[in-house]
This record gives sequence, structure tokens and C-alpha cells, in this order.
Amino acid sequence: MSTNFEEILVQGIQALAEAKDLNQLEQVRVSYLGKKSEFALQMKQLGKLDPDQRRVVGQAINKAKGEFQQKLEIAKVTMQQAALDARLASESVDITLPGRGQSVAGLHPVTITLRRISKIFSSVGFKVLEGPEIEDDYHNFGALNIPLHHPARAMHDTFYFDAHTVLRTHTSPVQIRAMEAEKPPLKVIAPGRVYRCDSDVTHTPMFHQVEGFLVDTDVSFADLKGVVYEFLRAFFEKEIPIRFRPSYFPFTEPSAEVDIECVMCDGKGCRVCGHTGWLEVMGSGMIHPEVFKSVAINSDEFTGFAFGMGVERLAMLRYGINDLRIFFDNDLKFLEQFH
Amino acid sequence: MQISEAWLRELVNPPISTEELVEQLTMAGLEIDSVEPAASEFSKVIVGEVTAVEQHSNADKLKVCKVSVGESEPLQIVCGASNVRVGLKTPVAMIGAVLPGNFKIKKTKLRAELSLGMLCSEKELGLAKKADGLMELSNNAPVGTDMREYLALDDNIIELDLTPNRADCLSVEGIAREIGVLNKMNWKPVTFDKAEISHDTVIEVKVEDKEACPRYLGRLIKNVNANAETPLWMQEKLRRSGVRSLGPLIDVTNYILLELGQPLHAFDADKLTGSITVRKGQKGEKLDLLNDQSIILDSSALVIADDKQALALAGIMGGKNTSITDASKNIFLECAFFTPITIAGKARQFGLHTDSSHRFERGVDFTLQQRAIERATQLIVDIAGGAVGPISEVIATEALPLRPAVMLRRSRIERVLGITMANKDISQIFTGLGMGVEEQEDGWCIKPPGYRFDIAIEADLLEEVGRIYGYNNLPNNSLLMRSALAHSEEAVLPLARVEDLLVDKGYQEVITYSFIDEKIQKIIAPNDKFISIKNPISSELSVMRTTLWCGLLNVALYNTKRQQNRVRLFETGLRFINKKEQIVQQRMISGLLLGTALAEQWSEKNREVDFFDMKGDLSAIFHLNNCDVQYKKTLHPALHPGQSAEILTKQGEIIGVVGMLHPTLEKQLDFDTPVFLFELDQALIFEKQIPTFKTLSKFPSVRRDMALIVEEKIAVSEITDCINQGNEKIIKDILIFDVYRGDGVDEGYKSVALSLLLQDDKETLTDSEIDAIFVRVLETIKSKINAKLRD
Repeated sequence: MSTNFEEILVQGIQALAEAKDLNQLEQVRVSYLGKKSEFALQMKQLGKLDPDQRRVVGQAINKAKGEFQQKLEIAKVTMQQAALDARLASESVDITLPGRGQSVAGLHPVTITLRRISKIFSSVGFKVLEGPEIEDDYHNFGALNIPLHHPARAMHDTFYFDAHTVLRTHTSPVQIRAMEAEKPPLKVIAPGRVYRCDSDVTHTPMFHQVEGFLVDTDVSFADLKGVVYEFLRAFFEKEIPIRFRPSYFPFTEPSAEVDIECVMCDGKGCRVCGHTGWLEVMGSGMIHPEVFKSVAINSDEFTGFAFGMGVERLAMLRYGINDLRIFFDNDLKFLEQFH
Repeated sequence: MQISEAWLRELVNPPISTEELVEQLTMAGLEIDSVEPAASEFSKVIVGEVTAVEQHSNADKLKVCKVSVGESEPLQIVCGASNVRVGLKTPVAMIGAVLPGNFKIKKTKLRAELSLGMLCSEKELGLAKKADGLMELSNNAPVGTDMREYLALDDNIIELDLTPNRADCLSVEGIAREIGVLNKMNWKPVTFDKAEISHDTVIEVKVEDKEACPRYLGRLIKNVNANAETPLWMQEKLRRSGVRSLGPLIDVTNYILLELGQPLHAFDADKLTGSITVRKGQKGEKLDLLNDQSIILDSSALVIADDKQALALAGIMGGKNTSITDASKNIFLECAFFTPITIAGKARQFGLHTDSSHRFERGVDFTLQQRAIERATQLIVDIAGGAVGPISEVIATEALPLRPAVMLRRSRIERVLGITMANKDISQIFTGLGMGVEEQEDGWCIKPPGYRFDIAIEADLLEEVGRIYGYNNLPNNSLLMRSALAHSEEAVLPLARVEDLLVDKGYQEVITYSFIDEKIQKIIAPNDKFISIKNPISSELSVMRTTLWCGLLNVALYNTKRQQNRVRLFETGLRFINKKEQIVQQRMISGLLLGTALAEQWSEKNREVDFFDMKGDLSAIFHLNNCDVQYKKTLHPALHPGQSAEILTKQGEIIGVVGMLHPTLEKQLDFDTPVFLFELDQALIFEKQIPTFKTLSKFPSVRRDMALIVEEKIAVSEITDCINQGNEKIIKDILIFDVYRGDGVDEGYKSVALSLLLQDDKETLTDSEIDAIFVRVLETIKSKINAKLRD
């Protein structure tokens, strides 16, 4: 009898060791611990023994059973761990393979630049306005104090549709439209496409400008200087030497060109700045009384400044682009660089 | 305009360097384009005289010369120039000389003949870009003098890029005046003694158009020597201003133009018939100009004519027939004031741009003519001799420009420039600029001079003050302005949000020209009325786009030809449509899609994009603005008839179009893969529905699936419309999850699997309620579109 269950235990432990997976282990468990198992049979036969013997044998069987259960548990945990290890091993991937999913594209560098400019001015309350690109000559020239035979019209190589309809040569007409629509105080920037009949290495027949202007009761040239200075500092994200140079625009008086120290050579002189150390980045000035007159604003009551800048030029300086025409080739290899 | 620094310094010579002078002018608004030395670097070149010329015994083209250079013995120099001759004075590069380009002159032998230097051309000395032979110096050039000293070459050529308002600085005197005021010093206007009048012959002058020519001066100078030599100093000044010497008479007129800013013209008086008339051109009248161009006049052109014909285009260019030649003996010198409006645009009309028209259209000092003609006369007589006649002058004072005084209020200086200045400083600025100054209680009354065409209002005076004070010396104010809180317009979907969405979905933004090739325009949008540019850059950029697709297709082609086989693009911008002679400018957003659905990768099975990829991306946009749209099958000339749709708002407004490029166009444009396009009207997609809260149901939702067999021609939207029209409140959503054709479905039919999402706000739905709805739905679609449940 006693040898019987000890043999069973030995066989059982043997069977546990032979089990290859959790299924087989379960079969082993059923055949040794189930209702019809060896241990169960042994227990059933206990009834045939006298009480004293029954207790001793019973304890021994339970001990053997307990030992088997313990071994079974260990085998199970070991096997579960092994199964998990095997699963993890089989599921391991080459994490150096590229991620799935779409490639993300980008905005055109001109748009990126326009957005930055707009954001800088919006942050101090400038409103962003747009205007038509096919303009009448009144808004493009006349209202801006550029009469028909003014030599300044020759400065703009204009595309014409008929004698009085043009592709706007600058964003300044938006200034007129804004002042026609609203009374001061006004703080506006107007980004957009402009057109000149000119095409060579440094000119494209279409490009972008941002016009900005501010009209209020006490705006002086000093305010213009302050705003332009702070804008350029914000745009280039560094202190940058700036100079205001007297110039001429029919719609401003006094007028100034704004030069920044060449960002390519730090003012030492290079090809980009024509060895002057300075780069022209915008035109500006105090809004001309004739312009105010054309929009029925009293220039004794209100003063204002206006400025206009070339967006491609700023983008070229910011990103070190050395070819203007590449902006409109739209080669994806170029555009992809501006994510 | 370019000018010699030394010439300027003859009139005003501030104790500052060239660099400082250039900086000063630039910062005063006279932009300097470049400063170049008047001559390239060279050394040990002196004036020599050829004393003997012999043929080289060993070389046909070479001459062996003896050249005197002021030393006891003449030098033997071998020379190949054709103009070498005895008596010629020419520059000699001595042994040890260094010519431009670091060309060193050494003792050498040319075919066995010793050569102890080199005779030079203007090109070899860097004085001209090309030369025909040796430089010919004046007969009185002192032999042995260093050439740099002789030509005063240690000088700079300053090139100015003047703005059109500063016509007053188109002369040496004008710039000198600026330099004077900037350095607070006096400058010396040109002074001279008038030539004596020695005959009394007058050519009569008549001015018909006094508005165009309020002042005309003329004078006859007899017996000039047109072959006299222009003095070296004048030749050099002209050369440094980029003007070629063309004989003394023309040289003098050019010189006055540079010195005083007054254009003059000299006629060969012997070729004139009768009197001089300043009049409008006659229609069809022909005029041969000095530059060999023939023009046909009309009544808008102002001409100088004699009794027979038009002689010159007034203020722009003289005529060929009456021009000065080497044979001219008697000349008629013209010095006039033509009003800017008369000349403006005229030169360009004939494709001309001359130094004269450049000045007249910007404004020449109308008080200058008397002085200018006297100065010219004096120089002509000095150089070419001649007998001077009296000046005939025609003036229409009433037509001369006005120079009304302009008030400058003291308060405006502070208000506009942000500075205060002492009275005497203000006066000094205006006096220095040649303006009349009258101090008043609250400011100054300023009288502008004849040469300033840009001083008409107070702001012009403020600019002068700011300019001379220095823009850089004006204060910088930080942004202290009235501000109002900006509106945050929630009902407007910002363009940037839509752009960002497209970018995140892999669409690259591009910017293409708004004008395109008429051919492409007609292919893509044959029904749109477009607008043509009158003066396009080229035929490829000649009409305004009526759709952004033309540009996108171009960019796609450009890139597919550069090995890009997956292209996603979008562009925002205006399109231009000619609607009943009204130009409609509409802001659009357009996209293009071609190639594979996924970027090339190692994992998923890839496929080509189709209509529904693009539609999915559009749905994402309409999700942003919370807008329900409908797609309606449409016919569009550029799109595949079976794969194109109009997109409409609930109210029936057309937002845009989406579809596949028509296979014919695909082939015609040279694509080798299907292309999908969309175009949306920004105005309509940016209207955003602001969300309104709806209470959440506390009761569970139930999903019921059904597979329906419908005829192939029935669109899925007809099924869903049909269900929606039943107005069953508890149907919350309908989802299409399969469309099947093939085994088990008859030819001409398709199976559409959809699920209904049911939920009540007030109670949990019972099975019988759900069944009832299901039956009602089935009955409706059966009766309306003959759909039946798939077995």
C-alpha cells in the first residue's frame, strides 16, 4: 500500500517533468489529482483500512499529494514563464525599421514667413487684412499720390488688363481700402501677392509683400522706428543693427528705406549685400497728407506710418536661400526642407 | 548718375574721407550704388613722344620705334599698333611698370629687336573697356610726366542711384549743395565770364505750346571749329561720368548737363530752314533721330521744328538731319525748360531713355537756362572759338512752375519727427538747401527754389529736417499705442487650420503664378471666361487662372518628371473669372493627389490612391467647420464623368468640386497615373457652425446591421437619404460598412451593408420597438428604391 502511493508520487513527478506544455501539464494534473486519478483511488481505498491505519495512511497520501501539487505548481509557473518568454521572444520586432504611417508635408517657406510676420504684428493688435489682386489704377496709383505721369509709375513695371485695370504692384492699395472702410485708430497689416512685369535672376513677375500701417492721433516717425526695430528683432530673433535711410515713395513723407546689417556676413561685406554690409529690407515712412486726403482723413488730426516689406527677401535671409526663382519652381526637394 | 569725386571736391571739399562722404550722402537719401577708382592701379607709366618709326626687319606687323620720355636718350620700343606714328604722344609703360591685372613690364626682345617698355592703349591702362590702338594724348601733353598725375587719376567715380524726387541732385552742383548743407559749410557754385557778343544775327524762335515749353533760349554761334580738341580735363570729367567724348560741341552740352543739370541741344545752323518753332507733332510726321531710329509723330509729342520739318523730339533727342558733325561751322544752341508733364512717359513711348529726358521728366530748374546757355557759350568759345550772337528768349511766365511758400509749424516737428530743434538749426538747414526762410511766430515760411520740384507741403519740409538731422538720430519709441482687445471670431474657421490639416495629411503647400499659359487654361477650364494680360512677360504667363488646378498640375508634372511618384499638393489663392465683364476674384483652396496611398514603406500592401482617399481628406476639412455637405454627381470638362462631384452645403450653395482628372487630359498633359483634384471656395468653408450642446442620453445604444440588395444605379446616399427622410428620432447614425458585388448577388445589383445606431433619450429600447423601426425602415426603402434584404 505505502509503496503504492509513493510510486504514484514518483510517477507523477516523472510525468510533470515530461509534460511539454501547459496542456500536457493539465492532463497530468487530471490523471493524478482528478476524481478518477491515482491519488483519488488511493483515498477511496482508505475506507477499507482500520481507523488508526486510515489516519496514518491518509496523512501520508495527503503529504504525497501535497508534494505533487507543489511540484505541479512549480512546473506550471515555470512553464508559464517559459511560454511568456517564448511569446515575448517571438513577438520582438526590429525597432529600427521605419514607423508606418503617412509622411507629413509642409507649408511653403513664403507662407511660413508670412505667418511669422502676421503673428508678430497680431500680438500687438494689428489686424490682418487682404485685398484684391486685380486692382483699379486709382487704388494702386492715384489714391497713393502717384498720378498718371509720375516718374514713380516707371519704378513699377505694371501688368495691365486695360488702361485702368492692373495687377497690383504692391500691397499698398489695401491701405487705401482699409482707410476707406474704417476710421482711425487703425492698426493693419496686409500680406499678399504682388506683380511686376520683370523677370530675371533677381526678379520674379510675382512675389509677396506685407504692408503695415498705423494711424492714430499722435503717431510720429519715432514710433515707426520703434515698431520696425522691434519687428526686425523679433523676426530674426536677435539684436540686429538697423539704419533708416532717407528715400522716396510718393505715398509717404518723410520716407525711409530700412537697412539691416547683412545677416550673411555680419556687416563685413559679401556678395549678398553687394559688399556694403547692409541689406535693404523694407520701405517705410509717414503716410503722405495727399493719401489721407484721398480717404477723407484729416491729416492735422491724424498722423500715421506705413511700411512694406518683401516676403521672399526676408525668407531668403532667414533661411539662407540664395535663389529667388526657386520659390516658384515648387520642386518638392526644395519645399520638403521647410517642415 | 556717376560723377567724379574730385569734381565734387572742386565745389565743396569737406575734411572727410571718401568713405565718410559716401556714407553721408547715402544717409541723406542720395543712395550710392558704388565707388570705384577712376583708373585701375598702374605705375611707372609716363607721357612719351614717338620720334622715329621703322619697319621691323623680321616681322610684318611690328614697328621699331624711338620714344622720347624726357630723358637724354630716347627708348627703343617695339610696337604693333596701327596708329603708331612720328609725333604721336602716347603713354609709355617703362621697364618695371605694373599695369592693371598685375602685368609687369620687363626688358624684352621681340624677334631679335630690343624693346625697353611698352606703348599703351586706354584698355591696357584700364581707362576703357576696349581700344582700337594706342591712346592718343594731346599734342601739348608734357613728355616725361607721370600719366596718373597728368590725367589726375587718383580720383573715385561715385555712382548714385537717385530717387525720382531728387532731380535737383542730377548735377555736380546739386550734389555739392547737399554736401555743403550736410557739413554745414559753404559750397562754390561754378563761376565764369560771359562770352562777348560779336554779331547780331538772330534765328527767330516761336513757341506755339507755351504750357509745354514756358522758356526757350537760343543763340547762334558762328564759325566754330568743330574739330578742335576737347581739353583733357573735360574729357576726363566726362569719361568719369560715363560719357564718351564726341567732339568739343557735343562735349560742352554734355558737360553742362553734368555740371549744372541743364540739358542743351546744338543744331547745325546751316541745315536749318527759316525760324525755330516749338510745337506739337503732326500726325504721321516723320523724324529721324540721332540714334538712327525713325519715329512717326503724333499730336502728343512736342517737337522743335524749322519752317520745313520737325528737327528734334523736344527734351528727349535731337534729329539726324540737323545734328552737329565735324563739318559744322555755325551752330544754333538751344537751352529750354520743358515741363515734366510734357516729357514724362514720352521717351518711353518711343522706347527711348536719354540723360535729357531723365532730367526733364523729373524737373529741371526753370531759372537756370540763362546761366546755362552763357556757361555753354563761354566753354564753346574757349575751346572751339566762334562768334557769339545775342540770345533769343521766349518766356511764358504764367506757365512756369509755381513755387508757393510752404509753412512749417514748430509743433509738427515734434509731433511727426519726435524731436525738438533750435530755431537757428532749422533756419540753417533750409538756407543751406537754397530755400527762402522767413521765421514766424509758430514756425517758418519756406520758399522753395526752382530746382526743388518736391517741396509742396509741410510734410516735404519735415522730411528735409529729418533727412539733414539724420534719420538715425531720431528717437525710437517703443510700441506705446492705443490697443483694443482683439475679437476671437469663433464662427470663422481660420485658413491656417485648414492648411495645417492638409499638411498633416501629407499635402505639400505650393505657390504658383497667378497667370498661366492660355493653352493650359483652355484645356483645363474650356467653359470659364478668363482675363488676359495686355503686356505679359511671356505667352506661358499671359492669362489669369480661373482655377488653381493649372498651377497644381504644372507642379505635379514638374515633380513626377523628377522621380517623384507620390505627389500631394495644395495651394491657396485667388482665381479670376470674367463674369459679364465684371472681374470676380475668388479665394480658393485646391489640392492634387496622385500615386500611392501610402508613402513607400516595408509593411502594408500599398495601393494607388482613388476618389475616396481625396474625399476622406475633404471630409476632415468639413469636420473642422462642422458643416454637413452633400456630394452631387456632376459633369466637369476636366474631370472623369464617372468620378466627379460637386460639393454643396445643406442650403444648396456650391462649395467646390472634387474628382479624377479626365483620362484624356491625363494623357494629353503627359501624366502616367490617375490624378485627383479638388477645389473649394474659401468663403464658404470658413463659415463655421458654432457647436450647441445636446444632452447626452443615459440609455444604452443598440446597433442593428442589415445588408440590402439594390440596383447598381442606386447611390448609397439615396439609401441613407431614404432612411433619414423617415424621420425616426431614435436613429442616431447610419454607417456603411460594406459594398459587395459578385457571387450571390445578381448582375446589375449590389449589396450594401449598413448598420443603424439606435438610441432613445428617454428610455431603454425594447426588442419589439427596435423590430418595429427595422420593419418601417425596410418598408420605406423597399417602396422608394426597391431595396430588399439580402438573404
